Amino acid sequence: MESPVLNTIDFSLYYGETKALDKINIEVPENQVTAIMGPSGCGKTTFIRAINRMHELDSSVRREGEIFLHGKEIHGLDPIGLRRKIGMVFQKPNPFPTMNIYDNVIAGYKLGGIKLSRTERDQIVEDSLKKAALWNEVKDSLHKRGTFLSGGQQQRLCIARSLALNPEILLLDEPTSALDPKATKRIEELIVELKEFVTLMLVTHNMSQAARVSDYTAFFYMGELVEFGKTEKMFTSPDDKKTEEYLTGKFS
Amino acid sequence: MKVKSINRRKAENIIFKGTVIFLSLLTVIPLILILFFVAKKGISIIDLNFFFSLPKPVGQEGGGISNAIVGTMILIALTCLLSIPLGILCGVFLAENRKSRLSFWVRLWVEVLQGVPSIVMGIIAYVWIVRPLKGLFSAFAGSVALSIMMLPMVIKATEETVKLVPVALKEASMSLGVPYYKTVLRVILPVSTSGILTGILIGVSRIAGETAPLLFTAFGNQFMNYNIFKPVNALPLMIYRYATSPYKDWQNIAWGASLFLILFILGINFIASGIAKKWKVQF
Repeated sequence: MESPVLNTIDFSLYYGETKALDKINIEVPENQVTAIMGPSGCGKTTFIRAINRMHELDSSVRREGEIFLHGKEIHGLDPIGLRRKIGMVFQKPNPFPTMNIYDNVIAGYKLGGIKLSRTERDQIVEDSLKKAALWNEVKDSLHKRGTFLSGGQQQRLCIARSLALNPEILLLDEPTSALDPKATKRIEELIVELKEFVTLMLVTHNMSQAARVSDYTAFFYMGELVEFGKTEKMFTSPDDKKTEEYLTGKFS
Repeated sequence: MKVKSINRRKAENIIFKGTVIFLSLLTVIPLILILFFVAKKGISIIDLNFFFSLPKPVGQEGGGISNAIVGTMILIALTCLLSIPLGILCGVFLAENRKSRLSFWVRLWVEVLQGVPSIVMGIIAYVWIVRPLKGLFSAFAGSVALSIMMLPMVIKATEETVKLVPVALKEASMSLGVPYYKTVLRVILPVSTSGILTGILIGVSRIAGETAPLLFTAFGNQFMNYNIFKPVNALPLMIYRYATSPYKDWQNIAWGASLFLILFILGINFIASGIAKKWKVQF
């Protein structure tokens, strides 16, 4: 396996008294797509939200165990700096409704108080939109509101917004669940292209999506990591019986 | 089961609809009557001079309400300055901490504050501000009384508007490594502008007509005054004094001032509903 960019050691998470994640140990390989799949309520979204410490917005959440980014424990880091290194894309496209496309892409810098020169800003916006495969569609309307775009375009705008900060990891929380099949296909193609720049972690409840785009797959069940390995292997000869049952549709 | 005939059902429908429309029109009638009556009494006194000249002593022709208009504007501006920042911050706190014990109590206090009679606000401001300053009635003291009245309205408007902002937007900002205070100031508040502004304007239109809190604070003044630490005149105060005076001239001026005040408040309300419609952010 390639060197891990992120690994967790016995990571557990509780909502109040309820255990949502139970001793997760995983090593996420660099510049690969790692899919996280499992039935609803298995903790997959909870897990990736813990990676950029978004779970801390809810004060009832308690954690145990550790997560390392390049060998550094993330809970010892400044969450603001951490979230710049680990970007996140959500289920529903959520561009900032009061900002135009340009400002949406540069929002991480602008709102974060990072000063840039005009040319630097232009460069970042263009690069990020190109990486997100949106540049050609919006280059003439950068000063229009982001909310005028179609759902799929909005989602790519959100991806561009995260990429603008040059993150090491991009977390995607069911990024296509609110999109139509065509827009979904664009996003899936994009995910594969993005491997070159960034490590991706993709939560999906769609098994075939995991099979199409990911290199590695983690299967979560009831808050536990049941199996983790190369996607090809997992889909052809899973080690665990539960994984096999899930993949063959015995439960969902 | 007996089925009603289609004609019967249609007739019932028409009767119900008619009643609803009739009753809604009925509620507007008092407002129209008031407007009409005040306009009839006040319109004759209003000319350009009315707005730009100072009140004259009894017996002299003419005289206007310029000092009361300026006074009311000063009071409104000061009140906004005092109550808006505080109200917005408190409203954001309540919307962001829906379940904490502190917000439960704050919410309760805000509701109680909303119900405190306006005359009490005046007495409070008198005891807290006018008396310690050796009986110095002032626009500032009046604004304090008015801002305590306006505060609950700003808080409620902010809370309700911010509550409607999708969590996804806050998360989008936080996940970009934007600090929490900037997320509130640059993401959450901008999308709430229309709701908050509407609340503020409705608050302004309410306090603009308040007399009781000003009686022992702003006090009133026959002359033009721009100093916020001196007594100022205000439209409702002037109306109160002039309408209860025995002089016909002054009573007429009170009618004119009433008409102006009503139109002013009506105008603010129109602007408020315009803003609510036009600036509303679609999520």
